[in-house]
Amino acid sequence: MPGRMLRTGNGEAVAVGDVPLLAPQAFQDVLSAALSAGERVVSYHGEQAPEGGVRVTAALADDRAHTLGLVATTAVGALPSLAATWPALQLFERELLEGHGVVPAGHPWSKPVRFEAPGRLAGTAAGSHADRMAAYPFYAVEGEEVHEVAVGPVHAGVIEPGHFRFQCHGEEVFHLEIVLGYQHRGVEGLLEGGPTRRTVALAESVAGDTAVGHALAHARAVEALAGTAAPPRAAAIRAVALELERLANHVGDLGAIAGDVGFLPTASACGALRAEFLNALAELCGNRFGRGLVVPGGVRYDLSAGDAARLAARLAAAWEAVTATLRVFFRAASVRNRTDGTGVVAPALARSLGLVGPAGRASGLAVDARTSHPFPPYDAAPVALATQPGGDVSARARIRRDEAAHSAAFVRAVLAALPAGPIRGEVPAPRPDRLVVSLVEGWRGELCHAVRTGPDGRFTRYKVVDPSFHNWMGLQLAVRGEGISDFPLCNKSFNLSYAGHDL
Amino acid sequence: MIGILRNRLRLGRQTIAYPEGPARFPARFHGRPALDAARCVAGCSACAEACPTDALVGLGTPRLGIDMGACLFCARCAEACPEGAIAFTRDYRLAMRTRDELVARGDVPTLARALDAAMQRRFGRSLRLRQVSAGGCSGCEAELNAAGNIQFDLSRFGVAFVASPRHADGLVVTGPVSEHMRGALRATWEAVPAPRLLIAVGACAISGGPLAGSPVCHDGVEAGLPGVPVDLFIPGCPPHPVTILDGLLRLLGRVEGDRLALAETGVVE
Repeated sequence: MPGRMLRTGNGEAVAVGDVPLLAPQAFQDVLSAALSAGERVVSYHGEQAPEGGVRVTAALADDRAHTLGLVATTAVGALPSLAATWPALQLFERELLEGHGVVPAGHPWSKPVRFEAPGRLAGTAAGSHADRMAAYPFYAVEGEEVHEVAVGPVHAGVIEPGHFRFQCHGEEVFHLEIVLGYQHRGVEGLLEGGPTRRTVALAESVAGDTAVGHALAHARAVEALAGTAAPPRAAAIRAVALELERLANHVGDLGAIAGDVGFLPTASACGALRAEFLNALAELCGNRFGRGLVVPGGVRYDLSAGDAARLAARLAAAWEAVTATLRVFFRAASVRNRTDGTGVVAPALARSLGLVGPAGRASGLAVDARTSHPFPPYDAAPVALATQPGGDVSARARIRRDEAAHSAAFVRAVLAALPAGPIRGEVPAPRPDRLVVSLVEGWRGELCHAVRTGPDGRFTRYKVVDPSFHNWMGLQLAVRGEGISDFPLCNKSFNLSYAGHDL
Repeated sequence: MIGILRNRLRLGRQTIAYPEGPARFPARFHGRPALDAARCVAGCSACAEACPTDALVGLGTPRLGIDMGACLFCARCAEACPEGAIAFTRDYRLAMRTRDELVARGDVPTLARALDAAMQRRFGRSLRLRQVSAGGCSGCEAELNAAGNIQFDLSRFGVAFVASPRHADGLVVTGPVSEHMRGALRATWEAVPAPRLLIAVGACAISGGPLAGSPVCHDGVEAGLPGVPVDLFIPGCPPHPVTILDGLLRLLGRVEGDRLALAETGVVE
């Protein structure tokens, strides 16, 4: 007889004591049953258990029922690995080994995640980062004319660092292994012990291109822990900012994809048009990435009716220019030739890997926290869910176009009818011994902040799951069988965060 | 083809007027802080209690200042000050040549000095830079990329980012220098032929920013790449592309004088 989960919702705090603490076997049975029923893992994290060992808490999302489920166990030394059956768990299990020394017994791909120093618990490899990197067990292909290509950590462009190791036969990629961890900054550790005056800035720095999204996931978590909620006007302004962030990044990504297929008119136009949406964020709060706007309790800046109307008009003109430049892009045969059928992730693979965001939706998965786990104002004014069946670069480009169109319409509608009232409310201190899972659909996919308070109301565990954490394996598998020269294009079509993964 | 050309015509000229003409900034943009030490009351620390990065110095003294190397330009201090001693101007000229100059006091801008004549001769009309993100969150990286797009168009001044450090005249570092990037940063620096420039961009690279004190980072490039002097600090979280442009152009002696070229966007008042 399997145990049970505690059913809760997005951004609803529960008492830690109410989360079922099961024996490892029962915990894994519950997990497997939920995954078999189509639920997804949104967080799977460890913390030092008061009873000794490591308390492992799993948060699952039931997208159809719009609920989250929580269940926990205490691991002492090891837990049998479920990754072979449920690949979506593979990186979480590796993270648990690296951060807490819980050995995933029988894990098919047990390798470092971000080369965390043996900090929280013993059990990870000792030595400097260089030593541990040198000992990294790369998967190698052998045979005549098989060769290896190593790229990074420092890449050719102005982007974040990571190491890519290709096993190639001629031009064809047999296997790509992406080794990350170079960007590890210890964000979770710095958040723990909070909230402090630095906490919001840290949340905004998880991934700088998703500052609004992560600040929002954080703010909603803190509000839930404190037993309060942001006023409706603040919720509306936050949603405008979140969609502007999506617009800026989707338009920028489409420009980058255009650049990689050599379609320069759209590449240069999108580079400039992306700025229209960043500048709109700066109009709101002074910062082009929306930093400093979202805080627990609400937002720091308001818009007058005139401001909102002028901003909406400006955005409407920008969106019209985007539409025109994308029309020529998607019509061009030279573009179709490079993007159609390139870097395919089939729907079944996407589901088993647990892909999220545009990458998941481009492979037909109906995963979007805005529709499956909505909060105000998305609950009252839903954003249309966009999916594409193809799973290729073309689908990942089209999904961005469609989502950006929905965001543009949403922003227009919200700006035209901002609810009256205050933009910020008082936030009491977080209540003690609570756990909250806060999901926000960032432009790259689902952002999850799972936060637990201790007896003094301080954060004793702050787990951040950036969508990149779910999606990097998708990119690695997408390029199998492709020419190595198509890697940059495939990479752009995912455009994942290194910092968000490495934390 | 006709469609492509029509679209191109419709978009028109995209490059900003700066530096010949003004740069447009929104009303809420936070640039150089302006401080009125006379209004600062001894014993009050409201600003410091609001600051995410301990950027305020000399509280309650005539030496009241904000360390722009740590500042995130969030203006929470200005919001918190009961006396109105702190304000943020829209002055985008924030880059400095030394760490000490980054401490803003009063309401007078300090402007980055140009390189010496020999270095200006070398790099003034052509500067190739290699960028290394060492724990950067992608904010500063995004603004460096934006500085190169058709709007800000860094390349019209002969400045460009290159793929290989061997082809570079200098290194631009972002991020607090994570321990895991320390080796790669050093190796990239060593690969740049001398004479070479080192430029720190963003609060993290200058002081650690929000990541200051992290046990797995080095509080910026001075500690992360010890023994190498920084030639230019460009503060911000992240710095605006115009701030980046202004810093680089002043360093090269391509922008001089203290004319502030600001214009309104006319959207949010």
